[in-house]
Amino acid sequence: MIDTKRRKEIKSGMKKKCIGVVRSAQELAMDIYDLWIETELAADAKPGQFVGVFTSGDSTLLPRPISICEVDKEKTAIRIVYRVVGKGTREFSHYKAGRRVWLLGVLGNGYPLEKAEGYVLLLGGGIGIPPLVELAKQLRECNPQMKITAAVGYRSNDLFLTEELSQYADVLVASEDGSVGTKGNVMDAIKENNITPDIIYSCGPMMMLKAIKNYAEELNIPAYISLEERMACGVGACLGCVCKTTHKDHHSHVNNARICTDGPVFEAKEVEI
Amino acid sequence: MADLGIEIAGVHFKNPVMTASGTFGSGMEYGEFVDLNKLGAVVTKGVANVPWPGNPTPRVTETYGGMLNAIGLQNPGIDVFLERDLPFLKQYDTKVIVNVCGKSVADYLEVVEKLSDADIDMMEINISCPNVKEGAIAFGQKAESVYDITKQIKDKAGHPVIMKLSPNVTDITEMAKAAEAAGADALSMINTITGMKIDIERRSFALANKTGGMSGPAIKPVAVRMVYQCANAVSIPIIGMGGIANAEDAIEFMMAGATAVAAGAMNFVNPYLTEELVTGMEHFLNRHKIESIRDIIGCVK
Repeated sequence: MIDTKRRKEIKSGMKKKCIGVVRSAQELAMDIYDLWIETELAADAKPGQFVGVFTSGDSTLLPRPISICEVDKEKTAIRIVYRVVGKGTREFSHYKAGRRVWLLGVLGNGYPLEKAEGYVLLLGGGIGIPPLVELAKQLRECNPQMKITAAVGYRSNDLFLTEELSQYADVLVASEDGSVGTKGNVMDAIKENNITPDIIYSCGPMMMLKAIKNYAEELNIPAYISLEERMACGVGACLGCVCKTTHKDHHSHVNNARICTDGPVFEAKEVEI
Repeated sequence: MADLGIEIAGVHFKNPVMTASGTFGSGMEYGEFVDLNKLGAVVTKGVANVPWPGNPTPRVTETYGGMLNAIGLQNPGIDVFLERDLPFLKQYDTKVIVNVCGKSVADYLEVVEKLSDADIDMMEINISCPNVKEGAIAFGQKAESVYDITKQIKDKAGHPVIMKLSPNVTDITEMAKAAEAAGADALSMINTITGMKIDIERRSFALANKTGGMSGPAIKPVAVRMVYQCANAVSIPIIGMGGIANAEDAIEFMMAGATAVAAGAMNFVNPYLTEELVTGMEHFLNRHKIESIRDIIGCVK
């Protein structure tokens, strides 16, 4: 692996693989875990970007793409909130403060904050909620008067990150089992509350993103959605994580964009999902 | 100081470290992590006569000590390559090897002809991709077809030709001999090994293409064995690859008979790998007081 001397030579703002140190770790909800990691990557991290997190084993080699949930004030640490879905994330869930972890980052393009105008709606479903926290925080910092509503959907009343979001936005909760908030998903929650946004930022399961794409097209408003796909390199080289685009992509010259480098955030009307 | 220089088909490479096609784009992405000037060569992602959209997703999945991919040779086509990617690579002091793919012999020949006048150093012909339905591997699994396509390409090519061989055959030495007999200047091996992974929770294939090509450290012993067999069956140089994760692995391939080596899937795990192979191999030579890397090629009999 790259030594310290070489790391220092790498210009800031460039992607790099480097070691981070876990500052704190906790379980937020069933299978949902939270890590604050001290890392130089924090200096350049933007809402909607992600990092590749490496496991310690030689059997699970590829970096796990995980969205950045928050960046601390000093820009020395990032927070990642993830669901345990396999061997790699299971390993991360056992990490304690002081643990060293290899990171690749900062990856992808974040949400375009400069597009936020009028009534801003943030829509998050399940493990798509985390990147909305830093987004809401930075939107609020940009404009203390901005009208921001975050509608977030969960499976049950086992909530996470709602408190953080409520510091920066009005929060509407939906749950699939109806145990808290609106019964159903975030789309049901915004209908029930007669929300009429001017712009949407979102992250969540594909079914939800499809519904948002249709909804934004009906209202004729911009919607920025964050997509997910199986990835290998995370830096745009392997062409593993593509999505279908409406227009011919400038890089691929076919209707495919790379989620890791051209995304993960796309304007909904640019992609076929 | 040890000499890392090697020669293949009259082309001199400052060191034997190359990139395995498809894992390094056209160098742009990893240029952020490594100094491309330090590499022996950049071998590009396969390029066809026209843009190819590739396969549906999921295209990649992790396996024990490696991964499966079924990208399906997505590429922007030779014209975009020549206008955009080649000028990018030419800014660097490294050799450029262009990987060529096709669905028919005519496809390959069209690309080969367009490359004839281009400022490249060699071309590598992909007759071994397991992830596209027509062409590609169909040309690489029978000795007669290997001979035939190699001959037709050699007749048209303006640069030395490397034939990239598939491990998905009964006897890889037969393919190696056929390529050599048809005039191939060098061989590269191995392409990925066809594999499959099933997601038992969803009762479905992990890849949309059902099968994919396996790469990564888990396949290295197979690759070393095939390089060794072919190095002892033909006299043209071999570029060895398959799971190289560090300089020790690269040295192993060279001792098995490879003249050069390529880093593939492990670039995804360690984006600095190619540069580290160069320094690591140099350290190995110094430690063992070996003057030239050429002295270890095929030294294990």
